[in-house]
Amino acid sequence: MGADGGTSRASAAERGGAHRLYRHGHSPVHGLPPHTKLAAAFLFVLVVVSTPREAMWAFGVYAVLLASVAYHARVPAGFLLRRLLIEVPFVAFAVLMPFVAEGERVHVLGLSLSVNGLWGAWNVLAKGTLGVATSVLLAATTELRELLLGLQRLKLPPLLVQIASFMIRYGDVITDEMRRMRIARESRGFEAKGVRHWGVLAKSAGALFIRSYERGERVHLAMVSRGYAGTMPVIDEVTASGAQWRHALALPCAALVVCLLGWML
Amino acid sequence: MDAVTNAVPASLEVSGLAFAYPDGHQALFGVDFSLARGERVALLGPNGAGKTTLVLHLNGILSGGTGTVTVAGLPVGPRHMAEIRQKVGIVFQDPDDQLFMPTVREDVAFGPAAAGIKGAALEERVRTALERVGMQDFADRPPHHLSFGQRRRVAVATVLAMEPEILVLDEPSSNLDPASRRELADILRSLDVTVLMVTHDLPYALELCPRSLVLSDGVIVADGPTGALLSDPELMRAHRLELPFGFDPKSVTMGA
Repeated sequence: MGADGGTSRASAAERGGAHRLYRHGHSPVHGLPPHTKLAAAFLFVLVVVSTPREAMWAFGVYAVLLASVAYHARVPAGFLLRRLLIEVPFVAFAVLMPFVAEGERVHVLGLSLSVNGLWGAWNVLAKGTLGVATSVLLAATTELRELLLGLQRLKLPPLLVQIASFMIRYGDVITDEMRRMRIARESRGFEAKGVRHWGVLAKSAGALFIRSYERGERVHLAMVSRGYAGTMPVIDEVTASGAQWRHALALPCAALVVCLLGWML
Repeated sequence: MDAVTNAVPASLEVSGLAFAYPDGHQALFGVDFSLARGERVALLGPNGAGKTTLVLHLNGILSGGTGTVTVAGLPVGPRHMAEIRQKVGIVFQDPDDQLFMPTVREDVAFGPAAAGIKGAALEERVRTALERVGMQDFADRPPHHLSFGQRRRVAVATVLAMEPEILVLDEPSSNLDPASRRELADILRSLDVTVLMVTHDLPYALELCPRSLVLSDGVIVADGPTGALLSDPELMRAHRLELPFGFDPKSVTMGA
């Protein structure tokens, strides 16, 4: 059992293991059980996606609904908007659509744009933004660990939940190992300057993989030693009352009404 | 140290244990020893002596060689595996391997929960175990944000929570600064379980364990009071055991 412990904890400054996406608080939204929030967010996104793109007003109402959730969760608008930027690379494609799509064309400011493309771009942009905003709100009000408990409660395959929970636990350990390897390389005068050095980096990546794999074996040994037999024991049972479910599902239910109106009008 | 003669079954009894790895490398050639309940014993030996192999036999992770291991009267084998793993608590060398759950509390709860304990009884187990190692204020912290010494202590708590018959520590003092070393020693002294400490930290063995075993080339070559073994230069040299510079075991007055 080779130990490479004795690690300095450079990143340990942030207290309590809170992820950067999480915003600590005691709002009514923070207080809801994680699985109700997960279910609400998932249903809300489903409803948004199934709204016809022509019902532009409906998307406005969705945005207002989300804004009111953010208000109740005391998540400031600036925080939410900054986090939304993650979406940019994904919607860049949408901006191209009016230029490349086929069909009837309109002229705006001397540019020839496809009507179909414009609708397509609007569709992707509106639904994408609402979806990302929902996820950002969920992440801002629910700790990662709680999310895992929620997923477990919602009967996601246990193996997936275990893998995700190990990712959270060992992410820092492996990043730290990577940092130590980089320091060791640089201490011996190595600097990655171009294609010629990719070989060295690839070998480091391979070594990191093998180290992580071996760590996995040692962790498994430790788990078996404490009675692990293939399933994680349930330690924290999360439960939700009827009232909590009603609060959480208010969002997708309101959205559903809007969606149905969108189809009918 | 003839402690085996009383009525209580020995915490650990190893007899005639031999083992070869599938690649043909033979690690153990007939190991015999026995630990009475409540004893603290050090298992000393150079690198490659077979210490880790021996430890993995104690809770049945490795098996298939000859000889038997008995824990509190119960033979180690597939029939009683769950019970054996509850009775033999192994603290591995690297706490990052041992602490795999997102928070300290869940990690300590893992063993008892796997054994089917729930609710208030589980909370009680976790609280007592963390109190015994002085880490009760860190229950909701993630293990990777603790210092190395704190992680080692939590690793001990994860095993104590299972209320083991015998605590097996693999190199407990490695990577610890002197203060953490002393804190861990205080904790180990305060426990009323049988302790088998695998180490090549000889002063630590002398400080904590009245009795020592020396494992070399897969056999127990010496078994006796730690002070006497460490003061035997012939034995020490023959098995690559070296005291730190300036350390004289005869000059140490033992409190234990």
